[in-house]
Amino acid sequence: MKPQSSCVTIQKEWDIVGARHVARDMAKTLGFGTVDQARIATAVSELARNIYLYANNDGQIYFDMINTIDGKGLSIIAVDSGPGISDIAEVMQDGFSTSGGLGAGLPGVKRLMDEFDIQSELGKGTKITAKKWVR
Amino acid sequence: MRKVIDSNIENYKNLLKSYIETQDERSLYGVEMMSKSFLKNNILPEEIVNLHIQALEDLYPDLSEEIKHSMNFLLEAMISYGLKHQEIQTLREQQIALKSEISVAASMQDTFLKTDIPTIEGLDIGAISAPAHQMNGDYYHFVKGKNGTLGMAIADVIGKGIPAALSMSMIKYAIDSYPEESMEPNVILENLNRVVERNVDPNMFITMIYAQYSPAYNKLRFSSAGHEPGFHYYAKDNRFEELKTKGLALGVLADVEYQEYELKMEKGDMVIFLTDGVTESREEDRFVEVEEVLDVIRKYKTYSAQEIVNHVYKYFERLQDFQLRDDFTMIILRKEV
Repeated sequence: MKPQSSCVTIQKEWDIVGARHVARDMAKTLGFGTVDQARIATAVSELARNIYLYANNDGQIYFDMINTIDGKGLSIIAVDSGPGISDIAEVMQDGFSTSGGLGAGLPGVKRLMDEFDIQSELGKGTKITAKKWVR
Repeated sequence: MRKVIDSNIENYKNLLKSYIETQDERSLYGVEMMSKSFLKNNILPEEIVNLHIQALEDLYPDLSEEIKHSMNFLLEAMISYGLKHQEIQTLREQQIALKSEISVAASMQDTFLKTDIPTIEGLDIGAISAPAHQMNGDYYHFVKGKNGTLGMAIADVIGKGIPAALSMSMIKYAIDSYPEESMEPNVILENLNRVVERNVDPNMFITMIYAQYSPAYNKLRFSSAGHEPGFHYYAKDNRFEELKTKGLALGVLADVEYQEYELKMEKGDMVIFLTDGVTESREEDRFVEVEEVLDVIRKYKTYSAQEIVNHVYKYFERLQDFQLRDDFTMIILRKEV
């Protein structure tokens, strides 16, 4: 029996790969198709990279398999105690983080997943919750 | 989205099979059409790769593991392209919304600034103003005085786009509020200067010529606030003379006095006012010389004033490959008899 939940601490770039790995394994176990597996891995990559680049290498990504009457899915929660985001509306705007040509940004994560929520407090950190359901 | 993919999987598989067997152009054309339908339905690249994988595995159940892995690798590589595609889609929609909003503003502006060319005894008037972008930063204005005189303004905002265009509305309402007949061109500019200086952003200036024509005396009086010089065409000698004027642009200093100039128009004489969008229209890397503008006017001098300005506009529009770099405004007054 595979574990129902897991946590990866992001401190170095290599940890991003670790997080992707965990995400893909769990997605596979849950029965996600190849395309959705790739999307989940990309979303996790993006979240982990944000922690690595902007949150002083101080954050975790929690993975939880959801198995309820409503359906099966994967919940991903990225938590960091970085500087926080002062203007969430701005970072959620298309073209904001990607203007430099790097990454998909948070709007990308939102597109890759089915549910997306973000909470942030300046000076304290950011918590991003994202879910994807098996179709 | 999923439906489009599902309904196409058989079709894709057949096209692929036929192509692998015969390398025929017909299948390639088929997949081209399919690809267009995918685009129309916002199918993402990773889904197309996945469609390909499914079709391949159906056609060749004994596909080697290496090929399978390589296809998954390709799918992974497509994810970011798919995201970018979605992002561009959203940005495009936003752009369309923005454009239509601006065009509403622009047509409102046109209504605000609308001025009809009045009928003045013995004077043929032509005017054209075309914006480089959606909103015009040039402006012209005509008003007929009670005693049959013509009041006329031509203006250009230094600064581009929407803010420039907006400040023109202010100019128009200020001019409208003046008791036209009782005011001299220089006094009008002095008043407008105060309005602009007080109300407009310090690094936005407006250049303007205000002119009054009196049919009774065939005299044109005018003052200039740093505006592109106009020209007087002497019909008798078939030559142009630049109207040399002095005067600071509106909005630079709080209190400015403007000089008034006067000229007499003889039969067939023309006075040409323009904005620097005319003289600074560029052909490739070359600035258009004023001479060239005047040559075009000379060429069409037998036409009506309105036809002349239309011809000049068409000439420069073509010169600039139909993409104006700056707002273009030109007024011609010609004494008829």
